[in-house]
Amino acid sequence: MSDNHGHGHGEHHGHGHDDHHHHQETFITKYVFSQDHKMISRQFLITAIFMAVVAMLMSTLFRLQLAWGEAGEKFAFINYMLGDKWGKDGVMDPNMYLALVTIHGTIMVFFVLTGGLSGTFSNLLIPYQVGARDMASGFLNMLSYWFFFVSSLLMFASLFVENGPASAGWTVYPPLSALAEAIPGSGAGMDLWLISMSLFVVSALLGGLNYIITVINLRTKGMSMTRLPLTIWAFLITAILGVLSFPVLLSCAVLLIMDRTFGTSFYLSDIFINGHPLDATGGSPVLFQHLFWFLGHPEVYIVLLPALGMASEIIAVNSRKPIFGYRAMIGSMLAIGFLSFIVWGHHMFITGMNPFLGSVFVFTTLLIAIPSAVKAFNYITTLWKGNIQFTPAMLFSIGLVSTFISGGVTGIILADSALDIPIHDTYFVVAHFHIVMGLSAILGMFAGVYHWFPKLFLRMMNKKLGYAHFWITFASAYAVFFPMHFLGLAGVPRRYYSNTAFPIFDNLMDINEFVSVAAIIGAIAQLIFLFNFFYSIFRGPKAPENPWNSTTLEWTNGVGHIHGNWAGKLPVVHRWAYDYSKPGKSKDFVPQTVPLEDGEHDGGEHD
Amino acid sequence: MIKFLVYSAILLGIIAATQLMRVFELASELKGTRHYEIKEADNRRNGKLMFWFMVTFMLFCFWQVIKYKDKLLPVAASIEGVELDWLLNFNFIIIWVVFIITNVLLFWFSYKYYGRDNAVAHYYPHNNKLEILWTTVPAVVLAVIIILGLKSWTTITAPADPNMRIIELYAKQFDWTARYAGTDNTLGGFSYKLITASNPLGVDANDPKTADDFTVKGEFHIPINQPVEFKIRSRDVIHSAYMPHFRQQMNAVPGMITFLHFTPTITSKRMKEITNNPNFEYLLLCNKICGASHYNMQMNIIVDTQEEFDAWLKKQKPNLSAAPATADAAEIKEGK
Repeated sequence: MSDNHGHGHGEHHGHGHDDHHHHQETFITKYVFSQDHKMISRQFLITAIFMAVVAMLMSTLFRLQLAWGEAGEKFAFINYMLGDKWGKDGVMDPNMYLALVTIHGTIMVFFVLTGGLSGTFSNLLIPYQVGARDMASGFLNMLSYWFFFVSSLLMFASLFVENGPASAGWTVYPPLSALAEAIPGSGAGMDLWLISMSLFVVSALLGGLNYIITVINLRTKGMSMTRLPLTIWAFLITAILGVLSFPVLLSCAVLLIMDRTFGTSFYLSDIFINGHPLDATGGSPVLFQHLFWFLGHPEVYIVLLPALGMASEIIAVNSRKPIFGYRAMIGSMLAIGFLSFIVWGHHMFITGMNPFLGSVFVFTTLLIAIPSAVKAFNYITTLWKGNIQFTPAMLFSIGLVSTFISGGVTGIILADSALDIPIHDTYFVVAHFHIVMGLSAILGMFAGVYHWFPKLFLRMMNKKLGYAHFWITFASAYAVFFPMHFLGLAGVPRRYYSNTAFPIFDNLMDINEFVSVAAIIGAIAQLIFLFNFFYSIFRGPKAPENPWNSTTLEWTNGVGHIHGNWAGKLPVVHRWAYDYSKPGKSKDFVPQTVPLEDGEHDGGEHD
Repeated sequence: MIKFLVYSAILLGIIAATQLMRVFELASELKGTRHYEIKEADNRRNGKLMFWFMVTFMLFCFWQVIKYKDKLLPVAASIEGVELDWLLNFNFIIIWVVFIITNVLLFWFSYKYYGRDNAVAHYYPHNNKLEILWTTVPAVVLAVIIILGLKSWTTITAPADPNMRIIELYAKQFDWTARYAGTDNTLGGFSYKLITASNPLGVDANDPKTADDFTVKGEFHIPINQPVEFKIRSRDVIHSAYMPHFRQQMNAVPGMITFLHFTPTITSKRMKEITNNPNFEYLLLCNKICGASHYNMQMNIIVDTQEEFDAWLKKQKPNLSAAPATADAAEIKEGK
């Protein structure tokens, strides 16, 4: 175990913090190459916010194209953002359109909702909520961030290479992604994409291993697994999924690098392009899809589970009630985690995969609906007869439950292989995964930022701006994605630069305009958040120790950032994390550090 | 200059907003309130917003359904498509019910139990009976969905009858070619190494089975009420043969032959009447990202009556046997 601050991080029996006052920090070790989980978590968050702004600007650009650009309108904004090469006279180049949707997807899925979400909140909350002085290895944790940083930098840099960034869709299916002759983005842009993603996998593995070890080994005295807040369970399961599936993405990427650079043919066979046949033979593009989705499907839950975990915590705190069915929630997350490894084929029903194999994936995929339904019902029951405090974080969490349901139910249709045939790769799919995965996870991330801002930056965010941010975001999000279902049911394929090349979709153009207007309103609403966020970092009112009257450990260590998290001994835990409004108590919450009274049952135990 | 003005305006905007925030905060500090604390008024306001959001959201959903239900795809034009549409509607009934019940409960509880200053929440950590109930009910419903879904899936993807008419769909950046198997209903062999400008599909001209094959571009014809099997190939990258009006789709994968089959049930002419659109055409679209002109890679499908189809067929001449054959015999793949 790493011990690079001169004290044992793993000490459970307390080990006075004041015995290392000699510890000196320079600007570099404190703000740049920091090994402190609190600083690393902030680094992840700020990097992710930068990447999210990039991805959001991209979506604004292609929404302009989809609503008006294809009808012949020209936009100075498109020319301003893309330059004369890709946006001459304000008209978007078709290759750039594909590049934008590709990089938008890549950034949102990996850099914002994986790196940003797990990186920020697993780092912040795991040591705090299990009662540890830091992560098991501060050094690996630092490396995890810096790999993420370099990876982000490369992905961002790929936007500026001569032939444009990767453009084969965020799933980068070969041969399109393997052959520079097939699409300009499959040149240097694709090389950078693959290197960036490989480094991203390294970052995810270093982070994930650290999270797992910390949760298993560094829980403070009394913090049994069944007293852990659900956030920690969610982060733990997420980390396990990542550690088991990200290496497969790496192998998938490495084989593609070999095919592109060293003349192998893992994914290529019998191809004739640009006037000549390729030598490559014997490979299979479908192999890539198997490898990609073996990560790709667990990835959906890597994105979603941390958001669901944080929502469990925030909904319980602000309903002033225990989370309903604590053990069922853990069981559901474990079931979702396990099943997520055996459902990847539902992305491949119509790739030429054996139909019998398809049937097996239908069965396993639809099974996931059961634990998901349990979670949804448990959230709703937690609200029932609560005393709901509408903090901005609570609003975002309720929004998350709504999108989790609304997007989840359409998954039932897409998981059904027969029904997938006509709607595969249409806007119905775009609507489904943006609502269930994109919206739920991003709403969860916002909830987390509002709720734990006092722990991140020691100040409070503005409540009223938070309310405005939530309501505009939530309404515009549904306005963007709900109508897309109809585009999909009308047979509109995704990733079409223009839908007016032939008359079939002419009567649906008003959907695209409506969606784009809503998307632009939603994007502008994010300025409210950005302002509130950066303003509050510097000028927000100082946070009290426990602003939301929570029971968990992160609210028991005063109002500053302490190296080692707790001055003096580590807290000792006596009860589960959800003693809210327990009958017979003077206050409506009992912190985990308060001993059980004589004859009092711990709420986590089933009686 | 304009850029400079835009940047200055943005900067001034941020400064103005910061100063406004500062004023607002100083004012609330003077009043002695901590403005991040949640007051009963905040809860009431947001609780009511939850309620009104629910109403608006539900009305919005219904309005969308009413607005667009007639603009979606017309009635399915194949036996398989009719079955899938039935299944889709059956599933939609279930998910609409679940969607409405759960969303309404969520927003309703949010409104009903908004925080009051003196209220105490009901301590209710778990209830095994309820949890078993909402584990088993979804399980039963899903079992029905799975069984019905797999039943359709096995029928639709069952191996084609050898007597079905065979048509090859050949995809490349960025168009489709249809190759008909001719009177022997067997496609001639091919190899990607045979591809030349005059032999774009790389067919083997020496193969006797090629002799009666012919290709068409732009549009292809199929007869009504006769099952057709499509064999799908790609020259370069992955494409997807998507025929939305027949509710059919299959990827075109380089190095592989993929299959689908269906039976068309409505002629193009009849569909023009049904949709009340004299320009209506059935389409074959590309539905897998394949490059710059992905959005514009389509082919018309004409469903004829038997007589019309026979007349069309008579006019088609074998047009592949003249192609030069130079590839190594070992590299030629059977057209089967």
